[in-house]
Amino acid sequence: MKTIVGKVVVLGHQGVGKTSTVIRYVENSFTHHITPTVGASFFSCKILIDDITVKLQIWDTAGQERFKAMAPMFYRNANAALIVFDITSQQSFESMQGWVVELQRNVESPMVLCVVGNKIDLSKNREVTRDEAIQYARSIGASYHECSAMQDQGVGVVFDDVARGLIRLFGNTTDHNLKVYDSENIDNIMASSSELEATDTGKEETVNLSIRSIAHGNTVKPKCC
Amino acid sequence: MSSNLEVEPGAASESVLVTTDSFENFDHMSSSLEEIKNLNAIAENDESNVENSNVENFEDLAENVPCNNEDDDFIQSKEWATRSKHVFVLSLAGKPIYSRYGNEDKLAWLFGVMQTLVSFVQSNDDTIRSIHAGDTKFVFLVKKPLILVAVSRTQETVNQLSSQLNYVFNQIASVLTLTRLNKIYEQRQNYDLRRLLAGVERLIDHLLDFSEREPSFTLGAVQCLSLASSVRDNISSAIVGACSKIKNIVFAILLANNKLITLVRMKKYCLHPADLHLIFNLVQASESLKTAESWTPLCLPRFDASGFLYGHVSYLSEDCQACLLLLTVERDVFFTLSEAKQRIVEKLRRNNCLEAINESLNATEETCIVAGFPELRHYLYKCKSTAQFYQPSLSPPYTKYHERLTNLYKRAHQLLHCSTRPLKLLFEKSSNEAILAWDTRGFELYVVFEPLVDTNSAINSVGRLLNWIKKREEKLFHLNAPTF
Ligand SMILES: Nc1nc2c(ncn2[C@@H]2O[C@H](COP(=O)(O)OP(=O)(O)OP(=O)(O)O)[C@@H](O)[C@H]2O)c(=O)[nH]1
Ligand SMILES: [Mg+2]
Repeated sequence: MKTIVGKVVVLGHQGVGKTSTVIRYVENSFTHHITPTVGASFFSCKILIDDITVKLQIWDTAGQERFKAMAPMFYRNANAALIVFDITSQQSFESMQGWVVELQRNVESPMVLCVVGNKIDLSKNREVTRDEAIQYARSIGASYHECSAMQDQGVGVVFDDVARGLIRLFGNTTDHNLKVYDSENIDNIMASSSELEATDTGKEETVNLSIRSIAHGNTVKPKCC
Repeated sequence: MSSNLEVEPGAASESVLVTTDSFENFDHMSSSLEEIKNLNAIAENDESNVENSNVENFEDLAENVPCNNEDDDFIQSKEWATRSKHVFVLSLAGKPIYSRYGNEDKLAWLFGVMQTLVSFVQSNDDTIRSIHAGDTKFVFLVKKPLILVAVSRTQETVNQLSSQLNYVFNQIASVLTLTRLNKIYEQRQNYDLRRLLAGVERLIDHLLDFSEREPSFTLGAVQCLSLASSVRDNISSAIVGACSKIKNIVFAILLANNKLITLVRMKKYCLHPADLHLIFNLVQASESLKTAESWTPLCLPRFDASGFLYGHVSYLSEDCQACLLLLTVERDVFFTLSEAKQRIVEKLRRNNCLEAINESLNATEETCIVAGFPELRHYLYKCKSTAQFYQPSLSPPYTKYHERLTNLYKRAHQLLHCSTRPLKLLFEKSSNEAILAWDTRGFELYVVFEPLVDTNSAINSVGRLLNWIKKREEKLFHLNAPTF
């Protein structure tokens, strides 16, 4: 039984539903009157995929402009990024692309990229077409998912895909900084996210694989297109 | 009344809070942050103060701040014109930054007028402070690089309005730091700050409502959650125990329901009540903090306006809705503080402190009648040496007319604090109620009586009341000033 601990950063324009999506997944709840995130919030959860437990440590960042300079702290050592936009806002789609550029410029180790178009319950106000989004996701080697945190559509698939991406990343590359443990008993492990310091107690497995590839592009297949 | 002067409930030789007057500005910046960092030789690979200058530069490329169509005709609307207090923030160059009601873009002309007024007066080497027109006051606060204006038909005085504007300025400084704010306008006088303040309007709106309603703002003080002193001490020592080995924690603040439970501080440093009010405002306005542990930069302008502290913010547990903030000068110690928080919660649970906090949160404070003062309706007692205050629960008629009570207190406070002829003692009767306000070296007391009370029995009650508070001071106030 293997356990992979992966650090996930959630990025995107303010109000696109980052927190709502994470909370829908982690707690299966939704509130209309959720207030904007302050700084960044930390969540963790586990997903079982085949016989591998993937533990996600999620940094849900604030989309407000004033927190922008704080983001590197959270994406710098992330293994996966969920970049979220609101399908009813072209502006949020453009802002999301800004995040991708920033990630590509500043993150060297391979990373699972997952583009998420949220609020499909409002598709009558759609400003970003599905095709446009898929094409964009493909161009950066990311997967693309649409979901509605409000109506609980497609949210599970997003995180499932991230977890699978992390497993592939672990299998395909050596320069990832994923933490992998042999035992199941990792409940008290606090792996580090970004440069925030870790206090690991589990036994770390040395990963030594010969295949080397970069996550962008070939480890993550766009799933829903 | 002099016999009561020896009774000074809640007084303490050392205070966790700075005890200067709340109207003061922070004109010279303190350098507490530098001091602490130097002391502990913190390596800075600075994007720490979020001084990312790139952010400012690509601003031009971005689209304008979207404006809400619903607001289009707001300015014409009756509703807008009848608001009792407007607050505006603009840059020295006259660019709109914030309007309490309506859309700033639609009010550009108004911002223009305000800027012209300010600069006209400034060109004569003077500062404009207020204009009075009928029952409307225009109060100006020029705090480089911003201009803040209140247009008010409330009974609040120029001083009080000006203090509220100061809070608004502090709120803006708190999210950006004063250093960055200055730098932005040094680089570009015409900068549109709204993009950077997106989402902060909410905090300012909330702050204005909050400061109009809460006596803590008028008094420049905070109220503590009533707790047996042994419980409060246990809580403080749980925090000290979990944090004392961690370097660079400056403040640990535990609060619930707009009341302070405890505040532990780094030796030598105190928190200003005005900074604490900003923290209360942030916590109250941000429900989302309840969902998970958060990590956020936060500038406390009265503590040090030049840079950020970093805060680990979380609620104690599902079953105890008290909010804990661990503030440090280091930007990357979330997990260290997260563990400290776990240890604190475990300790508090073992000591039954969580229960005690909940009990106090669920019980309301006694009303005057219950406490044995039938002739009293309500009061505010502020202990000056600790910047803390106490008030009983509201009782009729103020449960219904809370605003009237608030205004009564604001007016009495002003009479005791006006710069020209401050009163030491005030006793006034109207057909609705009587109020006694008393300013001594150690405390301020504002007591509202039934309207027919006579002077003697009022004085008598005040004496008894002071003794009543004195007897309970350990429970009502945070008397120790614990340090890490
Ligand atoms: N209709 C609809 N509304 C949603 C959905 N997801 C979120 N919202 C709403 O969008 C608003 C913003 O949601 P948040 O989850 O706070 O957005 P965020 O991206 O975390 O925002 P920041 O923390 O400010 O960056 C809230 O009013 C949510 O109720 C969705 O799937 N459908
Ligand atoms: Mg959020």
